[in-house]
Amino acid sequence: MTGSIMHKTHKLKDHILLFLIYLSALFSVLVLVCIIGYVVIRGVRNVNLTFLTTVTSAIKQTTGIAGNIINTLYIVVLTLLIATPIGIGSAIYLNEYAKGGKLVRLIEFTTETLSGIPSIIFGLFGMVFFGTACGFGYSILTGALTLTIMILPLITRNTQEALRSVPESYRSGALGMGATKWYMIRTILLPSAMPGILTGVLLAIGRIVGESAALLFTAGSGFVLPKTAIGYLKKIMESGGTLTIQLYLSMAKAQYDVAFGIALVLLVIVFLINMLARGMAKKLQVDKK
Amino acid sequence: MHTSIFANHKNKSIVEIIAHIIFVVCALVAVMAVFAITAYMIINGSPALFKVGIKEILFNTKWAPAAAEPHFGILYVILTSIIGTFAAILLGVPVALLTAVFLAEVAPKKLADIVRPAVTLLAGIPSVIYGLLGILILNPLMYKLEKAVFAGSSTHQYTGGSNMLSAILVLAIMILPTVINISESALHAVPDHLRSASLALGASKIETIFKVVIPAAKSGIISAIVLGVGRAIGEAMAITLVSGSSVNAPLPFNSVRFLTTAIVSEMGYASGLHRQVLFTIGLVLFVFIMIINLVLTGILKEKEED
Repeated sequence: MTGSIMHKTHKLKDHILLFLIYLSALFSVLVLVCIIGYVVIRGVRNVNLTFLTTVTSAIKQTTGIAGNIINTLYIVVLTLLIATPIGIGSAIYLNEYAKGGKLVRLIEFTTETLSGIPSIIFGLFGMVFFGTACGFGYSILTGALTLTIMILPLITRNTQEALRSVPESYRSGALGMGATKWYMIRTILLPSAMPGILTGVLLAIGRIVGESAALLFTAGSGFVLPKTAIGYLKKIMESGGTLTIQLYLSMAKAQYDVAFGIALVLLVIVFLINMLARGMAKKLQVDKK
Repeated sequence: MHTSIFANHKNKSIVEIIAHIIFVVCALVAVMAVFAITAYMIINGSPALFKVGIKEILFNTKWAPAAAEPHFGILYVILTSIIGTFAAILLGVPVALLTAVFLAEVAPKKLADIVRPAVTLLAGIPSVIYGLLGILILNPLMYKLEKAVFAGSSTHQYTGGSNMLSAILVLAIMILPTVINISESALHAVPDHLRSASLALGASKIETIFKVVIPAAKSGIISAIVLGVGRAIGEAMAITLVSGSSVNAPLPFNSVRFLTTAIVSEMGYASGLHRQVLFTIGLVLFVFIMIINLVLTGILKEKEED
């Protein structure tokens, strides 16, 4: 063996530190395993077809979260419809048009600031601004607008990252062939940056699905399904609690069975999104090579 | 002007100009949002400060918003958030930093490929789920501890485990992914020649990590910790039910309210002055977050200048 004098003197301390390092990593993994394990064990017997496709009703004697699933879908789609174009546009401006200076620094600083603001503050702001000042009340629209501001930095940042990875030669090639800037962005840049942009969108979906504090006082807690086709349209202006909100409300009422059922559904969604995002990121790396 | 092909001004049709304007407007949304949030927090949060009195709100400990003679002292709430965050950082950061060291420096690739996705997934778990498990796993444990600690005490008000300590533990776990991810990138960014030099001088691998690599990644690790502080002080739903439901001095076995949980639990039914005071609590939280943001920007700027 190596009999260096250096190794001998520090061996014990090194071993203790190495042990602590492994212990910490093990702890982080164990926390995850415990969370998943506990939720699966307690949740799995509550999740069945009735739970997923009906609405909680005292008359029909059903306990279900179909309304909350629909509300979550509404909020995800509506938020993305508003936030994605703005986020991408903002990233295009920062990366392709802006030439530095005070304005760019202000935009970057505020984007950074937005990503550091806690969701409860977004909730308060959404409640008084979109809810009261704009007059949207407790509605899915208010919730979606609030979340739009919240996820904007995520989409902007990921799109910027993706645009930066598009080689400069693509730009000069297109422009050199006589393409205008907007044409170049539309036909060359955006398609090449698409996987990166989609990763940002996926992460945003994850954030929206898991969000609760920003929605409690903006989207409210309605859980009934609309009865007519027009009802589905009107739904946007009505209160609608997402899965997380319903989970919180059930837990506050000590209805732990429902809570764990929802928790399991949420975990599955988060897990799927995670897998997709990872797959996308891997594809991105392969493409770069 | 330069007449490169990149800036062919003659070809700028109306579509190009419109596209440019739209992109500028998109970029300005973030600026407008931050200004609007700041304005609305101040407009809604400050009236109560003047109605009740700054001293009476910020430096009084008596919180009785619904009493006949209401009191709106939030000192305990502020202190709970500060001490709770500090304690969560104290507990969480060492574990997070060592995990980051594991991922960046120590782990064989196969192990890292298990731990890293686990950390990412941990970050994606909704905070309400942390709260749910906090209630059902941590609170009973803390209740047992509480009964053991206060056995024989006749003055202690039992919390059933919903107390400061439970909330701190939940927060400590919730900041792990943030601190791990940012610290790991900071460690990765340390150039390899520093490691080689240290090893060549006879330092062991562990000594190299703790005496060379971590100090070299200092500013990145500090920004990770600052981000963790922001995450902990802003967390609401995970600790609302875990931390109990009354305003008390921030002691480990007391039922407490944080800045965030006070808003969550009372905004639903508050009205009038009570509601305005809740917005003041929001304003206090907002000020804390802005300070944290400025500190972070300062650190990042310093790093760039290096």
